[in-house]
Amino acid sequence: MSAKSQNSDLPLVATANDLRTGAVVYRSPGGAWQRDIAHAEIAEGKDAAADLQQRAEADLAVRVADLALIPIIRDGAFVRPAALREIIRATGPTIELPPSSQLRL
Amino acid sequence: MYRYDEFDHDLVRERVAEFSDQVARRLSGELTEDQFKPLRLMNGVYLQLHAYMLRIAVPYGTLSSRQMRKLAHIARTYDRDYGHFTTRQNLQFHWAKLEEVPKILAELAEVEMHCIQTSGNCIRNISADHFAGASADEVIDPRPYAEILRQWSSLHPEFSLLPRKFKLALIGAPNDRAAIQVHDIGLEVKRNEAGELGFAVWVGGGQGRTPMIAKKVRDFLPEADLIAYMEAILRIYNQQGRRDNKFKARIKILVHEMGEAEMKAAIEKEFAAIDETNMVLPRDAVERIERYFAPPPFDTRFNGAPAFERARETDRDFASFVERNVHPHKMRGYAIATVSLKPIGGTPGDMTSAQMDAVAEIAEQYSFDEVRVSHEQNLVLPHVKLEDLPAVYAHLRGAQLATANYGLVTDIIACPGLDYCSLANARSIPIAQRLSERFADPARQRDIGDLKIKISGCINACGHHHVGHIGILGVDRKGEEFYQITLGGSGDETCSIGEIVGKGFSSAGVIDAVETIVDTYLRVRQSADENFLAAYRRVGEAPFQEALYAHAA
Repeated sequence: MSAKSQNSDLPLVATANDLRTGAVVYRSPGGAWQRDIAHAEIAEGKDAAADLQQRAEADLAVRVADLALIPIIRDGAFVRPAALREIIRATGPTIELPPSSQLRL
Repeated sequence: MYRYDEFDHDLVRERVAEFSDQVARRLSGELTEDQFKPLRLMNGVYLQLHAYMLRIAVPYGTLSSRQMRKLAHIARTYDRDYGHFTTRQNLQFHWAKLEEVPKILAELAEVEMHCIQTSGNCIRNISADHFAGASADEVIDPRPYAEILRQWSSLHPEFSLLPRKFKLALIGAPNDRAAIQVHDIGLEVKRNEAGELGFAVWVGGGQGRTPMIAKKVRDFLPEADLIAYMEAILRIYNQQGRRDNKFKARIKILVHEMGEAEMKAAIEKEFAAIDETNMVLPRDAVERIERYFAPPPFDTRFNGAPAFERARETDRDFASFVERNVHPHKMRGYAIATVSLKPIGGTPGDMTSAQMDAVAEIAEQYSFDEVRVSHEQNLVLPHVKLEDLPAVYAHLRGAQLATANYGLVTDIIACPGLDYCSLANARSIPIAQRLSERFADPARQRDIGDLKIKISGCINACGHHHVGHIGILGVDRKGEEFYQITLGGSGDETCSIGEIVGKGFSSAGVIDAVETIVDTYLRVRQSADENFLAAYRRVGEAPFQEALYAHAA
């Protein structure tokens, strides 16, 4: 478990990279790992975070790698990561990629 | 260029098979991530912010057209249609899928390429002067020795688990284009007064958290002693380098803590103890490798280059390209052409698959099938006939690769930074892009003249900021990107580490700060012939500090 999950009073979500593809994924309440942080399970408080962490760690065997609980900020119905690093992970590089790069997402 | 023999082919094929099995075992859950991570790193597979990254070794920065086309194919087929050339003459694909990596490695093996030792605490890809074998100032082509060292260091059992990574660079010319003094070992191939071949040996240079300029431990090491001497240095480092703290584990720290004299003595003692009969580098072995690097069949009947001269007189853009991107060749009638991967506002070092194919085609037709990768994130066509330069330029323009900015303020080195890298604290590429746009005017660039800006997104210094004339280091300050500026660094034969000019700047402020520095240089220089580095070394940091901070005092 990454130190990224420590020292935060903000709500947390579990994120990782898909083991096969490396894609950024978030754990949903049903246990699926999917690409959209909006569908992530949100843990509030230490007990909920510990529980989410325990369930997420079970997926490290064959589903995901580089697991972390990251703080998020809720803005009405929207959810976004608190840290710039995680915003970039969620939304992709902040630079323009070659147009042809979109052909193989 | 070097071609694999049966041993090379077998070694790479066996490694592909081994790693394919390891990937399968990881995907099945037989291996945990902790068990798998060191195995994938040994094969150049990193896990970065958005995806796996695959780092492909380009030994001493030399590629054939066939290899370049394969890289284009891999970009198109397995990645997102582009690749990123790095400051260690490697290529990185930033969107690799782990399940497809074995197929990529098998494809690379078809063209005598691999990803072995592009990560891990081992001897990394060996870099060299990107003008090697071509430049007019060259004394000796360093590539045969780089190849010998590549073979020696590949899967070397004693040096596969060093305290930290270990990087070698070679040059064979008095002008250092490979930054050898900021490598763990730097070698300058040279002749002594008797005309014998050998090396000046530098040890303990590096950038990162603790930048150090290497110490010269031998002014002339005879050619025959090359391998034994490298073994001696590596043994001292392997035995005495620190393993308790990764930030103090590079050989530069060992050299610093031991002191130059004691380090030299330790190396010489170890060298003397090596059984030379087993370790001598025979001349015939060198000659066998040298044959792979024999000069191409140049056309020696040079009777002028009228098409070249005509184009230079009538096409201002071509003339600008020649002025900045074309360098003298050792063979009369030929030139070295640099292909800038720094279009205005672009990502330094990035190249689409179509551009890779275009360069492969140009190299095949006009440069004896050879391309070089420079540590400054550009490509080089090493052997272009002067008379063919207008045609080469036209093809490069067609591929949007004809930016005439080699060595100018927009020829910026930048690491991938926080847009890709899991180690980064701040973004590098957007800073490079905004600087490039700020200084886009070609006339202004030419007026400013030679100026190297280098940007790193963290203290690991992959963007070589310590040796930038203007260096920019991105840091995290309470969750915000912040940029520290250093001045006066240089990676050439007059190597120096840049000095921090003062407190850092926000992302919004750093572009204006660099412009203030450049404007200050234009004000203090004695003439247009005094470039930024020379002016800085003459006047020091005071006028720059005053211009940057006086209003804040």
